[in-house]
Amino acid sequence: MAETMTASPTAIRSSARSHDNTLLSVIFLIALWLSLALAITFLMTLIVTTAIDGAGRFDGALFTEYSSQLSPETTGLRAALLGTIWLMVTTALLAIPIGIAAAIYLEEFADNRRWYNRLVELNLQNLAAVPSVIYGMLAVAIFALVGVDRTGIVLVGAVALGLLILPVIIITTRESLRAVPREIRDGSLALGATPLQTTWRQVLPSAVPGIATGTIIALSRAIGEAAPLLIIGVAVTVRFDPDGIMSSFTAMPLQVFNWTSESRDEFKIAAAAGIIVLLGMVLALNGLAIYIRNKFQRRW
Amino acid sequence: MTTTAPPAVLTTSTGAMPPGDSGALRRRSRPGEQIVMFLLRLAAFLSVAITVGIVIALLRPALDFFREVSLTGFLFGTTWRPSFNPVEYGVLPLVAGTMMTTLVGMLVAVPFGLGAAMYLSEYANPRVRKLLKPVLELLAGVPSVVYGFFAIQFITPTVLRGWLGVDVGFTNALSAGLVLGVMIIPTVASLSEDAMSAVPQSLRQGSFAMGANRMQTTLRVVFPAAISGIAAAIVLGISRAAGETMVVALAAGSQPNLSVDVREGMQTMTGYIANTAGGENIVGSVSYNTLFAVGLLLFIITLVINIISIALVRRIREAY
Repeated sequence: MAETMTASPTAIRSSARSHDNTLLSVIFLIALWLSLALAITFLMTLIVTTAIDGAGRFDGALFTEYSSQLSPETTGLRAALLGTIWLMVTTALLAIPIGIAAAIYLEEFADNRRWYNRLVELNLQNLAAVPSVIYGMLAVAIFALVGVDRTGIVLVGAVALGLLILPVIIITTRESLRAVPREIRDGSLALGATPLQTTWRQVLPSAVPGIATGTIIALSRAIGEAAPLLIIGVAVTVRFDPDGIMSSFTAMPLQVFNWTSESRDEFKIAAAAGIIVLLGMVLALNGLAIYIRNKFQRRW
Repeated sequence: MTTTAPPAVLTTSTGAMPPGDSGALRRRSRPGEQIVMFLLRLAAFLSVAITVGIVIALLRPALDFFREVSLTGFLFGTTWRPSFNPVEYGVLPLVAGTMMTTLVGMLVAVPFGLGAAMYLSEYANPRVRKLLKPVLELLAGVPSVVYGFFAIQFITPTVLRGWLGVDVGFTNALSAGLVLGVMIIPTVASLSEDAMSAVPQSLRQGSFAMGANRMQTTLRVVFPAAISGIAAAIVLGISRAAGETMVVALAAGSQPNLSVDVREGMQTMTGYIANTAGGENIVGSVSYNTLFAVGLLLFIITLVINIISIALVRRIREAY
């Protein structure tokens, strides 16, 4: 969009609005509206019907009780909530430093005329679109190689999810680094800072809001991922609090999946309530990301 | 302000120095920095190691699998019965399941995704766009297990059986595909919108100057100009739909079914992986190896689709 233009795009389009007078063009516009309306209606319906389904179970037991086969009416998310917290913290600790380091190298130091750097680039684009189940299988295989055969533990889950969101973190971090103007780097280098000092003291701090936004959105994707956890063989019923990265666990999306697969109605209701809690978490993370973007992001 | 730049560095900073070129600085030994640089490079190349790891991880058990089952029997066999005697490992029913759910999904995602993209790129003013884009992002952010729940709790009983009167089973490819389609709308919409927004304004101005209205400009000028980006968006959508697991595991069923009737339940490749992996599979057992053989096939299929998508995106970058 490096086009030199005298009028803003919208102004040009609105000047053409007077031409939208044929029946066909009005029908076309209505069809476009309907496309968006469908997406919004679908989302609304999903939230409202699920909230109604789960309305009976927004009680204390939902949060304080363990999942139970014997008393489905008081089955709860306790282990899943704690498991998700353990899982997400571990995932973040694994993926964020590596992702940011990789992005810094690729954006600030890599010479992209070299074939191996271009390979990394191409590889990242593909990795971002590899199905999430595959990452679960990768994590199982990695730990089988090391000799750990009990794979339904926090660490294995975190490795699977960490690998899954790594490409996303790298791609969004690179975009934020790219948005930092050249002049800041030039100024720092001219004052005698080494390239690494420039990156660490000037470029990185300027890019922090963008990196934070991208990372939080990546984590909000990871929090809802059930498929890789299913592959690593997370326990169906966990009736204890996970207490470390080597602990067996279950997580929110998987608890919802297990309850959905149950035939008894009490579990469907509990699943709906669990979904609302899970959606609340995803929304909170997305909201935080949008807040950071609007409040701290600098435009040059 | 005090200038503290050591003269040694001043001599090096002549002209615009690319960040990668620190040749002169490296002469002054900075072991700490070299270690950091090494770590940064290591992190970057880890992503390649991940791909290699995926290939090895999938290939080793898959090779064990193909020692017992012939490759042609696997790829072209029409019966998938891995857990009952006599066992048969013809993967076509699973591939067909994936294709049918993906097809239904794309029939939803392509028209509605493109419609949304055209509206956002060509019609919406910036204020409306600012309001609508987060809604699409939210649609993309809903966990897939939630979509799966919605498919079996609402789409199948209320929409398909109730409103539309379609005679469908409890699990069926139609409901899974429809939900999959809505799930893919944001992917198709946001990438297509990027492609259409990148079309130079002068093309639109020329079209309007010739007296074309917005529909004609959108369909005959902007759409053809952005076609490779839009194609890339659709191809990426196909890859997402084929690799999606939880929706099909819940809503498409667990019955391998070589049929084109989407009202029936069908097991997809990802559905098989999810249903089988839920149990205990001892490393090295036949069921474990089978799982990885299907995983490898899925990885290869999505890899091919992704490469097509990446190649298409490269083309639009060259165009403008």
